[in-house]
Amino acid sequence: MIDAGTVTADPVNETVTPVDVAIVGAGPAGLAAAVTCARAGLRVCLIDRGTSLGGQYWRQPAASPDFLQSLVAREAPVSGPGRGPVHPRDLRHLHHDLATFDALRERVGEALHAGLVDLRLRTQVWTAVVTDAAVVTDAPGGTDAPGPAADGAAVVDLHVLGPAGVAGVVRARRLVIATGAHDIGLPFPGWDLPGVMTIGGIQALLKSSDVVPGRRVALGGTGPFLLPVATGLAARGVEVVGVFEANAPTGWWPHLSTVVRNPDRLREGLAYAATLARRRVPFRPRTMIVEAHGHDRVEAVSVCRLDRAGRPGLESVVRHDVDAVGIGWGFSPILDLAVTLRCATRLGDNGFAVVAVDSEQRSSVPMVLVAGEPTGVGGAALALAEGELAGHVVVADLTDPVGTTARSRRTGQRLRTVRRDVVRLRSFATAMHAAHPIPPGWAAAVRRETTVCRCEEVDAATVLEAVAAGADTARQVKQLTRAGMGWCQGRTCEPACALLAAGAAQQTTREKAPLAGPVGASALAGDTERLVAQPVSLGALADLLPRSSSQPSHDQ
Amino acid sequence: MTRPDHVGPGLGFTFDGRRIHHRPGQTVGAALVEHDILAWRTTRHDGRPRGLFCGIGVCFDCLVTVDGIPNQRACVVLADEVEEITTQSGSGHDRLALRDPADD
Repeated sequence: MIDAGTVTADPVNETVTPVDVAIVGAGPAGLAAAVTCARAGLRVCLIDRGTSLGGQYWRQPAASPDFLQSLVAREAPVSGPGRGPVHPRDLRHLHHDLATFDALRERVGEALHAGLVDLRLRTQVWTAVVTDAAVVTDAPGGTDAPGPAADGAAVVDLHVLGPAGVAGVVRARRLVIATGAHDIGLPFPGWDLPGVMTIGGIQALLKSSDVVPGRRVALGGTGPFLLPVATGLAARGVEVVGVFEANAPTGWWPHLSTVVRNPDRLREGLAYAATLARRRVPFRPRTMIVEAHGHDRVEAVSVCRLDRAGRPGLESVVRHDVDAVGIGWGFSPILDLAVTLRCATRLGDNGFAVVAVDSEQRSSVPMVLVAGEPTGVGGAALALAEGELAGHVVVADLTDPVGTTARSRRTGQRLRTVRRDVVRLRSFATAMHAAHPIPPGWAAAVRRETTVCRCEEVDAATVLEAVAAGADTARQVKQLTRAGMGWCQGRTCEPACALLAAGAAQQTTREKAPLAGPVGASALAGDTERLVAQPVSLGALADLLPRSSSQPSHDQ
Repeated sequence: MTRPDHVGPGLGFTFDGRRIHHRPGQTVGAALVEHDILAWRTTRHDGRPRGLFCGIGVCFDCLVTVDGIPNQRACVVLADEVEEITTQSGSGHDRLALRDPADD
């Protein structure tokens, strides 16, 4: 294991771009942070692996070649008739609060125009190293891990792979990690059939490519995100045979005061519910998709009711013919970069690991701030607030550490407002997780031969054997079975492996499982070590070696 | 494949020889799904068909061979930028002389 604090990257073969602040992720949190920093005159490098601004929440069609021009001019290129380019204008109805995105996009455009923002789209950060600035200039070799005392001098080197695999280094005085989240998909028989997707994947198809996954679609899992996906599909004329939500809306009752303090969220939810009713999309609380049927593609699903203990009544299964299925059991924050940098983690509301931050969005690593879903899944409004807060903190750090100027007093007022928003929206997120837990009986329909790890094709029997042999974390399951060792590096199956391991641990210790609540939370922390944040070609690794005659990278 | 009609983006790519017309801005995965093609890879061990799952570049289930290079994510690669998509079997390196031990 290489210590992130002692590696000195000496990127002789790579272009080093020094900036004040690097922001990874151009979704709500990253955009808010970028705009806040650029407005104060900081040099910002905004990095996203996607093809446009907006992240997954405001996902846009791939940017056209004159994208930068269109950002400055605010107008997207005009599409031709018929099957012209996928145009953002035609997809506005799929989005929520797009006015906020438009405003942020416009500000980023202005900052680009003013030369304050270096926008790197289609760019992956594959690793990051905290380096003492003195070491960078003087002694290539090594240094002690920088502590708070070294704060002013240290930098973060982000190793990036841009379009066509062009490698480079972004050297930043501050880093804001705003890498978002992806859906949690839990295994059930047939979930690996073509046509079964995550609901986030369905939303991405709609928002970026104007494509629907099928003509008759079943949606299942839990959480508010099922609703906009259902309304989006229905608006495109797709027959949504049902939204099979494992929990009941009554789960929100104990959190009524929190809901009332967040009227925007309540209005949003009611609007989706009204749209579903108007389009006659069946919303079925306390139900679950327990099997997908088909040979080479999905042809039907089996759905059954869940009892009050969250266990499916497999004797009362209803079958629906479909040609596509969407599943989502909440979200898993994308922690790769934070974990690579050794930012401390804690258990989030749903029992899975999140980055620990203080009330200023600072992580345990000096210079590294985290905003949005990686600090705990909470939705776009919270991400916006956290991103802005992180931006203000970076500005204060780099321009006015003592906090004496008139601007810092004005900023102070704004900071207090944003902090209040963060606290209020975070309490809503906590209520959301309490109202939409993964039900204890989620695995009741899983069979011995059901695939758990899609990459390495490890079945449930193999995972359960490992659990019976004593594996009580996803990490131990991985070491015994290879589940989580494939292309996706456990991003897909880790929640399932952790839950299966935790479930067995609970049974053996005869703990009373809560009827509805995070299952065995302490066992779900999962893999919190990662050396390389993203799959990377050997060529990019070779580029790190001094005086190597490396070949250009061909990966992606 | 000869491509006399391939003069610019938006005209399509071929999938196992079949021409797929797409709209500029679409991903390869989206263009295939729009043509009711849901699978473009078979797995290494059981030879099972796979296509889009996470749809956002995380799960690597939608790997496909793009212009001869295997293991590219169909949900990430833009259709405008490719000419030839071919179904990938196993590790995608079956054309190499080395045998994949997983196939034994």
